[in-house]
Amino acid sequence: MNAVIPKIEFAGVSKSYGTGSKQFQAIEPTSLAIEDRSFVTVVGPSGCGKTTLMLMAAGLVEPDTGSVKVSGKPVKGPSPDRGVVFQQFALFPWLTVQKNVEFGLKLAGVPAAESESRARQYIDLVGLTGFENNLPKTLSGGMKQRCAIARAWAVDPEILLMDEPFGALDALTRVALNNQLLDAWSQRKSTVMFITHDVDEAVYLATDIVVMAARPGRIAKRIRVDLPWPRTEEVRFSAEFAEYRNTVWHAVHGV
Amino acid sequence: MSGRSNTDGGGTEIPEAESGVTRIPSWVLNLISAGVAIALWFVIGALGIRGIPSPFEVLQAGINAAQKGLLWTDMLASFRRVTLGLILGVLVAIPTAFIMGWYRVARAIVEPWIQFLRTVPPIALIPLVIVLFGIGETPKVMIIFFAAFMTSVISIYQGVVDTDRTLINAARVLGATDRQVFLKVVVPAAMPFVFVGVRIALAASWGTLIASELVAAQEGLGYRMQIAGIYFDLPTIYFNILVIGLIGYAMDRLLQASEGRLIGWQERK
Ligand SMILES: Nc1ncnc2c1ncn2[C@@H]1O[C@H](COP(=O)(O)OP(=O)(O)OP(=O)(O)O)[C@@H](O)[C@H]1O
Ligand SMILES: [Mg+2]
Repeated sequence: MNAVIPKIEFAGVSKSYGTGSKQFQAIEPTSLAIEDRSFVTVVGPSGCGKTTLMLMAAGLVEPDTGSVKVSGKPVKGPSPDRGVVFQQFALFPWLTVQKNVEFGLKLAGVPAAESESRARQYIDLVGLTGFENNLPKTLSGGMKQRCAIARAWAVDPEILLMDEPFGALDALTRVALNNQLLDAWSQRKSTVMFITHDVDEAVYLATDIVVMAARPGRIAKRIRVDLPWPRTEEVRFSAEFAEYRNTVWHAVHGV
Repeated sequence: MSGRSNTDGGGTEIPEAESGVTRIPSWVLNLISAGVAIALWFVIGALGIRGIPSPFEVLQAGINAAQKGLLWTDMLASFRRVTLGLILGVLVAIPTAFIMGWYRVARAIVEPWIQFLRTVPPIALIPLVIVLFGIGETPKVMIIFFAAFMTSVISIYQGVVDTDRTLINAARVLGATDRQVFLKVVVPAAMPFVFVGVRIALAASWGTLIASELVAAQEGLGYRMQIAGIYFDLPTIYFNILVIGLIGYAMDRLLQASEGRLIGWQERK
């Protein structure tokens, strides 16, 4: 059979935290296939296991049961082909914006001059030009997020795992970055798993939407989004968009 | 740097920051605090309370010591012992703490010993260091070394262990190997704790000086106090306490001055 191998495949993964009577099932056995070059957004209430699921793909959380495969190979730990934007930014506080963005490039052995110019390019992309020499402590929450995005982007991973990357941004910057993210995704043919609380954002970006539910954490619904590309303001205000938004909203709220 | 507390932008903060005590620079407050203490001392001295010599008597003891040349030799001898013991202690504590923090096996082997030895007062080591190192400079420095090592190793180790997991994960997903995680994340992340460790060790080193100079010393600030104690020469004791305190304070300020450059990246919460 000539079946297409999913880019990321969760097969019966589950995760519990704690032990004994305090044991708590964060995710019940869950399966999910993410196709190559898709843009999957994940929405769901707080604590439903979105981050846990994503960190399994990153190779930072080991599932109790089941397995995660990337391009058909079992995940054995983190790798720079799977870039992660963490919910808590995770910028290195002792490094400037520039040095944070260069961190992965230097590890990959990119020569200094190239690493510097590539970092600048991504810093510019996220609108942080002029802040190259700032330390994270001098940045606002939204600026930190953008720096974290630039850092993950700069190493050009095949898979980008983003945990509420635009949560701390104002609506305008958010829309601008959504469009840049879509541009980058379509140019690079990468695969994105993107967690968000914002239903609009979930619909706007997605080829597929995964709606999760809590207690225990599970996938409640998977929705294929057939809105036209490229996504524009016109699409955003279309009747079809509104319908998707409706469906997702109801799925998230369990009605 | 005093009026920088209005992070939540409360309107009530502004008048408070604009008025009165909060506008006075810290160094002026420091001076006022020291001045008041000295003034109080004068008052107490004038009242003639037993066991507390007046500032004049203490100053006189100091002038005598300086004129005899004892002050300089004592200061130099003590300063050398403390500085050597401190530097050696910290130099051994830093790698020990990092190895303990990084390797579980090393931690399991070393930590019980450190927890156990930590409660041993340095003064109790005197017979041991005399047997091991004789009565020269080495045993004196070793006692201070012990104090500096014991106090700083735990603080630094804690910093290594407490390195933010998310930062380690961020480095790993960017392709860092274990070695790179250690060098590029754990080491810089623990720097503030190294600093705290060195400062604690500095205080402990001066605090152990007397014990150190109980080992057949011929000079030193601690030794001078012991001699003065025998003759019940209170002004000399007080004068030496002052000198020890002032040198320790100056060294601590020097450390703090370099702190900004090395760990100024820290977010103050
Ligand atoms: N290291 C941990 N130890 C114990 N419990 C954990 C741990 N990590 C997550 N959990 C629990 O697992 C559940 C799922 O957590 P997770 O972070 O995946 O949720 P989430 O969907 O990302 O939530 P949010 O939208 O608030 O970020 C939560 O109830 C949380 O309390
Ligand atoms: Mg989360």
